[in-house]
Amino acid sequence: MQPLTTEQIRAVIARGKLRDTIFKALGIFCLAIALLVIVALIADMAIKGSERFTLDFFLNFASRRAAQAGILSAWVGSLLVMLVTALAAVPLGVAAGLYLEEYAKRNWLTHIIEVNISNLAAVPSIVYGLLALGIFVYQFGFGQSILSAGLTLALLILPIIIVSTREAIRAIPAMIREGSMAVGATRWQTCRYHIIPYAMPGILTGVIIGLARAIGETAPIITIGALTFIAFLPPAPFTGEPPAGLFDWVFAPFTVMPIQIFNWTSRPDPAFEINAAAAGFVLMVMVLSMNAVAIYLRYKMRKNIKW
Amino acid sequence: MSANNPSDLPVVSDRLAKNAMRNVSERLIEGLLLCAAAVSVLTTLGIVYVLVSESFHFFQNVSIVDFLTDTQWTPLFDDAHFGIMVLVSGTVVSSFVALAVAIPMGTIIAIYLSEFANSKVREVAKPILELLGGIPTIVFGYFALLVVTPLLQIILPELPGFSLLSAGLVMGIMIVPYIASLSEDAMRAVPMSLREGAYAMGSTRLYTAIHVVVPAAFSGLAASYILGISRAVGETMILAVAAGMQPNLTWNPMEPAATITSYIVQVALGDLPHGSIGYQTIFAAGLTLLLITLVFNILGQWLRAKFRENY
Amino acid sequence: MQIHDNPALKAEARNLNFFYGEAKALKNINMPIYDKKVTALIGPSGCGKSTYLRSFNRMHDLYPGNRYEGEIRFFPDNTNLLSSEVDPIEVRMRVGMVFQKPNPFPKSIYENVAYGLRVRGENNKRVLDDKVEHALKGAAIWDEAKDRLSELASNLSGGQQQRLCIARALATDPELLLFDEPTSALDPIATAAIEELVHELKKRVTILIVTHNMQQAARVSDYTAYMYLGEMIEFGKTDEIFIKPKDKRTEDYITGRMG
Repeated sequence: MQPLTTEQIRAVIARGKLRDTIFKALGIFCLAIALLVIVALIADMAIKGSERFTLDFFLNFASRRAAQAGILSAWVGSLLVMLVTALAAVPLGVAAGLYLEEYAKRNWLTHIIEVNISNLAAVPSIVYGLLALGIFVYQFGFGQSILSAGLTLALLILPIIIVSTREAIRAIPAMIREGSMAVGATRWQTCRYHIIPYAMPGILTGVIIGLARAIGETAPIITIGALTFIAFLPPAPFTGEPPAGLFDWVFAPFTVMPIQIFNWTSRPDPAFEINAAAAGFVLMVMVLSMNAVAIYLRYKMRKNIKW
Repeated sequence: MSANNPSDLPVVSDRLAKNAMRNVSERLIEGLLLCAAAVSVLTTLGIVYVLVSESFHFFQNVSIVDFLTDTQWTPLFDDAHFGIMVLVSGTVVSSFVALAVAIPMGTIIAIYLSEFANSKVREVAKPILELLGGIPTIVFGYFALLVVTPLLQIILPELPGFSLLSAGLVMGIMIVPYIASLSEDAMRAVPMSLREGAYAMGSTRLYTAIHVVVPAAFSGLAASYILGISRAVGETMILAVAAGMQPNLTWNPMEPAATITSYIVQVALGDLPHGSIGYQTIFAAGLTLLLITLVFNILGQWLRAKFRENY
Repeated sequence: MQIHDNPALKAEARNLNFFYGEAKALKNINMPIYDKKVTALIGPSGCGKSTYLRSFNRMHDLYPGNRYEGEIRFFPDNTNLLSSEVDPIEVRMRVGMVFQKPNPFPKSIYENVAYGLRVRGENNKRVLDDKVEHALKGAAIWDEAKDRLSELASNLSGGQQQRLCIARALATDPELLLFDEPTSALDPIATAAIEELVHELKKRVTILIVTHNMQQAARVSDYTAYMYLGEMIEFGKTDEIFIKPKDKRTEDYITGRMG
């Protein structure tokens, strides 16, 4: 073969560059679709639902008449479920992450726990619903309550919180640990006064992302049998007759935002479509603002790393 | 403290002696933390226990052969049939549609972000993808049923109001961020020296990406595809809302059909008594779902072990 | 540069400056590269020798914020390699490079060597077979590799991988071959093999080699340039540089008083 002439080489390069340009356009096009979907989703729900963005919508219970139906029991339910989820998942997740990073020895038990966590992250959420139905609802007798729902979602987001805790802890340089141990602190004191505070922003990011995921979850909550039509509120938390009454609220039946949307979406009457759009918009705002806070936190963290 | 007590003098110094109390509380805390870490193992055991024990009752009434070969799924009818293939077909078809969207789109975005885009574009694009990945699936379901289906009906007038196609397409969009971000991580982990080697030979960007970076990151890409498959198979709400929930043994994405997941939702919405055969079917369906995702997980781990990054 | 019995020029740096963003990494470098000779670049680490080397195939264009000033003239066509009108890809098709650490692609041995030919659009099996064999022989690795051409390149030893990378560069018949400390990751035996190879190769191709090892420069090169803090301190025939350096700084470095 003769070596290529300059013209032939230039032709080869021109072809390659054309392919580069085409691919670049394709990449931007795909990204644009992603962006377009987000914009289309939000715009569609905002426009369709616009007539329902009134105070009444937030303060009314569900109703058979579309125009009078509101999301009061849904958003209150979502908040209460999130409260239970956070109370259960944050201590458990942070403790588990702390254990795996700071205490665990490299042995079979640690290995099993780690493999387990990564496998749990791939288990479909509806399977968690079945777990909760069998264990929480019937075995433990929690019933179809806020407690059952909150614990289910807590198990669901536990891997997210554990992984982000571990990543945050791993980013802390060894010298911090050594410095603390060198002045005689115990392992727990080191964790308590150094590791956890320094890892806090990272942990917080993980918690917010986890809760944002949980608040939009529908399938596991439907599976445990949350009601779709609730025209009353659970008792306000911690206000009942102590001691037993303090926790009345966790055993109350409930509904949550995603279930309310599902209910309205699956009704044949198009008037409910408007409600679904409005409620969907509210849920999107909740989820997206939580995500935005997490993204912002992570961005800030990257900017002021102190070591 | 007893530092002044002469009888203590021969001992090391008091301050260096082991503090028993402190030791106990340290061990106690370690034990508590271990318990927290063990919750994840308990979760897995719980899942297996619930699914297997309820399925066990189910399979006392229905033979496994019927379960796997029957072509009808009518568990609540008088003439009850329990052919899981009916639900599996819906799951397979909708996942196939979803992955046909998500794998090419996710891979293209990953290659673009890792090999072409400058840091400014990346800084804008990654949060967009993250937001897309954070949208609740019920909202995607709404989008599929009330926005995408009517749009598709303009091109395909014979498309019914509920279809695996439109649910699958939206599911694909939902999975794109997972595949894009994991694939991009894998490609960015490819050392710069490999790229420089390719560029030094006169390769263009795309040629380098396809012939050097993608093969080097293959196991990471495969892992991201496997995760995408798991997501698609386990996705519930988009299908429950937009694919219709009637059992339908079909391989045609233009038809409505129930999937394993949407069947579970449908049963849970009704009021089945605890312990009835109908109640048990959702656990048998759940076990099938878990086994399918398990197979893909094992496949993913095998792929990763076989094609360890060798750079 | 008062060497008058010089062979033909292959390339020549003229008033070359280079900037990483604001930082000036190369300062007004003037230097000839003679055809079919080995030119060694020596100097303490951070002196800019790798930066200079990587200017010859426009490697710096891959990263934003880098800027060249001045020229590198490439002969016989007298092209300025650094000109913004010249396509860096075209430059890289004429100038091959071998890196510090062996970087074979995650492909078979055969496909590694055929890579550059495929980039140039050559897909004829017979031509590829021929060129691959020729390049592997040229890089003195044919005997070790001929029975395992379809194996992954990463199965080779470090020294073999580096010779494979040389074969990969040779396969496309480059006019100039850049070596960036090619033996720094290798054991002494593999290093000796590469040095011998470099000696062999200069019959076919002009070579510019960066090395941190003065003995290596003395062994393999015809010409040597000493660089310090981004400046070209001294350039001359290797014998002269090592036996009677003109500049005090070169002498200090060579005698081990510095660096």
